[in-house]
Amino acid sequence: MDLLSFFPEWVMTHGAALLVVLPLLMGVVLAILPSEKLAWALAFIVALICSVLALGLVLQIFGGESLVYSMGGWDPPHGISYVVDALSAPVLLLISLMAVLCLLYAWPSVRAEVEPKKRAPFYAAFLVCMAGLLGMVVTGDAFNVFVFLEVSSISTYVLVGMGASRDRRALTASFNYLILGSIGATFFVVGLGFLFMETGTLNMADMARILRDLDGGSRVAQVAFAFIIIGLGLKLAMFPLHVWLPSAYAHSPSFVTAFLASTATKAALYLLLRFTFTIFDVNINYVGRAEMILLVGFGVAGMIFASLQAIFQTDARRTLAYSSVAQVGYMLLGIGLATAAGAAAGYLHLLNHAVIKGGLFICLGAMWYRFGITRISDFRGLSKTMPWTMGAFTISALSLIGVPFTAGFVSKVNLATAAANEGWWWAVGVIVITSILAIIYMGNILKEAYFKEPPVVNGAIVARNEAPLMMLIPMWALALASIAIGINSDLMVQAANGAAELLFPVTNALPGGVTP
Amino acid sequence: MNPHVILRVVSKFLIPLIALFAFYVQFHGDFGPGGGFQAGVILAAAVILYALIFGIDAAKKAVPPSAVRIGMSLGVLIYGGTGVATWLLGANFLEYGVLAHDPSHGQHYGILAVELGVLFSVASVMVAIFYAFGSRQPDLTDEDW
Repeated sequence: MDLLSFFPEWVMTHGAALLVVLPLLMGVVLAILPSEKLAWALAFIVALICSVLALGLVLQIFGGESLVYSMGGWDPPHGISYVVDALSAPVLLLISLMAVLCLLYAWPSVRAEVEPKKRAPFYAAFLVCMAGLLGMVVTGDAFNVFVFLEVSSISTYVLVGMGASRDRRALTASFNYLILGSIGATFFVVGLGFLFMETGTLNMADMARILRDLDGGSRVAQVAFAFIIIGLGLKLAMFPLHVWLPSAYAHSPSFVTAFLASTATKAALYLLLRFTFTIFDVNINYVGRAEMILLVGFGVAGMIFASLQAIFQTDARRTLAYSSVAQVGYMLLGIGLATAAGAAAGYLHLLNHAVIKGGLFICLGAMWYRFGITRISDFRGLSKTMPWTMGAFTISALSLIGVPFTAGFVSKVNLATAAANEGWWWAVGVIVITSILAIIYMGNILKEAYFKEPPVVNGAIVARNEAPLMMLIPMWALALASIAIGINSDLMVQAANGAAELLFPVTNALPGGVTP
Repeated sequence: MNPHVILRVVSKFLIPLIALFAFYVQFHGDFGPGGGFQAGVILAAAVILYALIFGIDAAKKAVPPSAVRIGMSLGVLIYGGTGVATWLLGANFLEYGVLAHDPSHGQHYGILAVELGVLFSVASVMVAIFYAFGSRQPDLTDEDW
């Protein structure tokens, strides 16, 4: 790993803390800056530095080391420790990279969607949200997870509400999200309280050890597990608890939607993996049964019902939001298989879906930016009026459906293989059926864009009006990443295998890179 | 004749005492119960009482909203800045031991600095929340009391 030698030693030892502290403190500085341009530039630089840091951490992890950082010099289990390992490092890199790409896109889009006075605080809230998400993933202390969960959630409510200057419904969406998100966080912290009562510690590794010694613990631990699953389920939009998601995604500023869709639910899913596999153990009877029944049941129900709902939406952003709920179902199915291959496939889909959905929402935002459209029926002839944007959208859409040579295909094939290995042929069937449903709902949009002529306004056909370069760069970066993963998925599969190895002490859950 | 004369006189006595008590709680925090959060709320209560009795405009003159906004950020920066200082001194983030020659003194200074940050942030946020709600148009005029 030659790249690692570029990182100074200090940065590498303190990288885990710096990754959270930098956006948090800079977010606070941004809150009192008067200039929107300065705020954007600083936010962009912070995101860039975080990406480089996260890349350094990933390289270090795949060099075979894992990293434990003691906050304030108090060693675990007594102090708060930050842990970077094979499960958390790729998610850290994902969040920081998505922040960079979304910020590129933010430059034109925030100017169009947010009031001038609120733009600098908007970027401040964004950085705090990012710090919260990174903190949730990097921390090794269960209560610290709750703190960062709240940091990211509260700033997210603000970000969603900022959409009000474009669409007043953002306020009710934000309020709904606030109520449900707070209920989720409450459930989560109640669960943590019970878990603390059972184990007497808050350090995740220590909790895991004590629960293993207690052989799963008493009924208190069972209650704790139930509360934590419900709390996280609300945060990650598990099927019956997803009602906050569609309107939050549909009415918030498009930059926020792109960032949230690719990171917020993913960080919560990461926590679900962390709690169900490392703190609790699948070998514990009640955990195994809960995964089998709850996660798989709700995951599959979500895949089917949310896909069906996506078909009947008239607003493109709602279609994609319901599709997000369905995709979360795929990841839950992978996790619920409770095998190394299943968890690896779920994790792989987590990473891939972030790339795909981020790209799709950026494209939709660009279409709104140029023509002010979000209704599917208004997408007529977009392939002629915005060819480059529609091109990126099409690639990402194909990837979402799971066409060969795209990222979506790789994760769906791996998921189907993992299910088939367990003899769950019905799950393979569900994956195929929901992919067909995905063809229908994405096809609805593509059909309008490709097979209809551009509308006539004031007697003239709408002229070609391509999105600005700052929007084209991130959307094409994500679309090309999606193809690159589809052609050679070794890196992603390696990351997913590394994560699965940590959760299950076996090697190579997924057989190499599945290339069509 | 002002209808709230008793309230005005009593609160004029009380407000400085409340503020003083806030600082007592603040600096007592590292020996016993207390600390930045409680102190911040008490300090904000002094401002809020002033606003309730003398009107929100008078309170905004005494504690301007722009200062409140800076105070919110300043508190976090003091807290985080303590951590950055320990980084610059070559220790882990927020490892107070290095702030003085004797580690136990260092812990002491560190806690005081951090609690000061908490005081700033909590007091400012409390006042900011009150201003945000209080600045809306009143439904009840003073004559309807």
